[in-house]
Amino acid sequence: MSSNKDDKLNLEQQKYKDFAQQRESKRPVLTNCIKAFVIGGGVCAFGQIIQLMYIRYFGFTEKNAGDPTAATLIIISILLTGLGIYDNIAQWAGAGTAVPITGFANTISSAAIEHRSEGYVLGVGGNMFKIAGPVIVFGTFSAFAVAIIKMLLNYMGVFR
Amino acid sequence: MEKIIWAFIVGGLICVIGQIMMDVFKLTPAHTMSALVVAGAILGGLGLYEPLVKFAGAGATVPISSFGNSLLKGALEELDQHGPIGVLIGIFKLTSAGVSSAIIFGFLASLVFKPKG
Amino acid sequence: MIKGNQSFIFESKPVIISSATIAGPFEGEGPLAKDIDVIHEDVYLGQDSFEKAERMMLEQAAMKALEKAGVSKYDVGMLICGDLINQIISSSFAARTMGIPYLGIYGACSSSMEGLTIAASFIDGQKVKYVLTGASSHNCCAEKQYRYPTEYGSQKPPTSQWTVTGAGACLLASQGVGPKVTSATIGRIVDLGITDPFNMGAAMAPAAVDTIEAHFRDMNIEPDYYDIIVTGDLGSIGHKIALDKLLENGIRIPVKIFGDCGMMIYDSKKQPEVLSGGSGCASSAVTVYGHLLNRMRSGEIKKMLAVATGALHSPLTYQQKETIPCIAHAVAIEM
Repeated sequence: MSSNKDDKLNLEQQKYKDFAQQRESKRPVLTNCIKAFVIGGGVCAFGQIIQLMYIRYFGFTEKNAGDPTAATLIIISILLTGLGIYDNIAQWAGAGTAVPITGFANTISSAAIEHRSEGYVLGVGGNMFKIAGPVIVFGTFSAFAVAIIKMLLNYMGVFR
Repeated sequence: MEKIIWAFIVGGLICVIGQIMMDVFKLTPAHTMSALVVAGAILGGLGLYEPLVKFAGAGATVPISSFGNSLLKGALEELDQHGPIGVLIGIFKLTSAGVSSAIIFGFLASLVFKPKG
Repeated sequence: MIKGNQSFIFESKPVIISSATIAGPFEGEGPLAKDIDVIHEDVYLGQDSFEKAERMMLEQAAMKALEKAGVSKYDVGMLICGDLINQIISSSFAARTMGIPYLGIYGACSSSMEGLTIAASFIDGQKVKYVLTGASSHNCCAEKQYRYPTEYGSQKPPTSQWTVTGAGACLLASQGVGPKVTSATIGRIVDLGITDPFNMGAAMAPAAVDTIEAHFRDMNIEPDYYDIIVTGDLGSIGHKIALDKLLENGIRIPVKIFGDCGMMIYDSKKQPEVLSGGSGCASSAVTVYGHLLNRMRSGEIKKMLAVATGALHSPLTYQQKETIPCIAHAVAIEM
């Protein structure tokens, strides 16, 4: 039996897909959303507290306190990743840990730690961006695209 | 303080959007994060992300969507100063802290830690 | 001798004169721990990478099987092994240590029964006197290669499975005391369009159904011929799908004799992180070569059909939006 090259499944495959779906345990979407909300919100609230601390005690302003805050959250995530705790929290929290900047730090550090056995240059250096790569590539490219579009619209006299 | 509560709520909601992308639309975490970053850049371009930051503070700056907004903001600032080449000059201007710390401390972690499995 | 379309009867009834199983700490907390010969407390086995640990487990399983039979590795005609790592390095590097003429095989999680089938054929054809066959898998190696770095925080859906860290091996001989390999059915690739690598159970179930049906059809027997029929690693979801599909196709297997190694090797209540059950080559290898063969040796089971299932995709095919082709190999073992 060969697999269908078309995107559409043939009749037997579609029937089987329905047959299988009826017997699968469904993802608990609502529970997962609540967990993500609580943890994600918690991480952001914690970030807000850190930011206020940097403004009050370290002389940063509202404008530039975001940088040390991000760096602090990143260091904490990387520490938790290295200690083997982050993945356990993440299985529970889902997007609550993946969406904040903590998720980004976790992708880079987990990949770096994992590939240590292949050496620092090819292993760590070469694999660090395995999961974070798309975020950087698409972030950069979309910023470029939006900036160029804005520039063209301004040039053509459309105010934004 | 009020700011902390709004940070909690807005940050939580952005994470819920991410959770829906993963559970309902079956996107991988990499796809979800990339989509949120691109959304941040687009909303930044529409002038909608900065007001969110003013209102929700860390609730808007901590999620990865803020990375997209910062990339765009840097590009636009240099675009104003130096014209089109400014886009290339400015993209990583404001995101240096985040990307640099992730790389530096990620590398340091690989020196110190072993995967636990 | 070929029977029917895709089954083979081993007339000389090759004997499994010994078997050995090795596993990691998590498996040591499971219900089959007392049937595992060596349980390691450290997933690294003191090595500096997970990959080196896996190959060490396979070596240990092979050496232990030889030790139990009192046979020297120099008398073994052939070593047939498989595992999940790219280019089956655990098997090849273990074979380097063993120094036995070696055939490396890849059937994903069906490797254990694929190996046993080939081993039985060589013994039955009187080509060699002893054949050593085994398979291994390691949770961290599989996660690193197929999914994400082990410390990465991704949320696994309830349909996912947990790759077993372990290795199982058995020594097959033309004569001796022990459970006998009487027949085998070689599976065909079955692909019903499942694309989700976090739902291997649903992907592999049709292959198990196809091979089980072929076995009963070729051998002209009914399911109740066997005291137990086990699948390798369908997990709770794939197992349910297979049972229902078989029923739909007119084959009624009594629930109490139809088991799944992936569901047996872990306690899903005490070890909830396994989600729908164990997977990996070691899921069938450790359960069959340890627990189930022990039950045969004690007389509790007289006839067993072990159906190991494998998903033959790779991370590349998933990224290229391909579906997941699967296979199942069945081996009948009788006292």
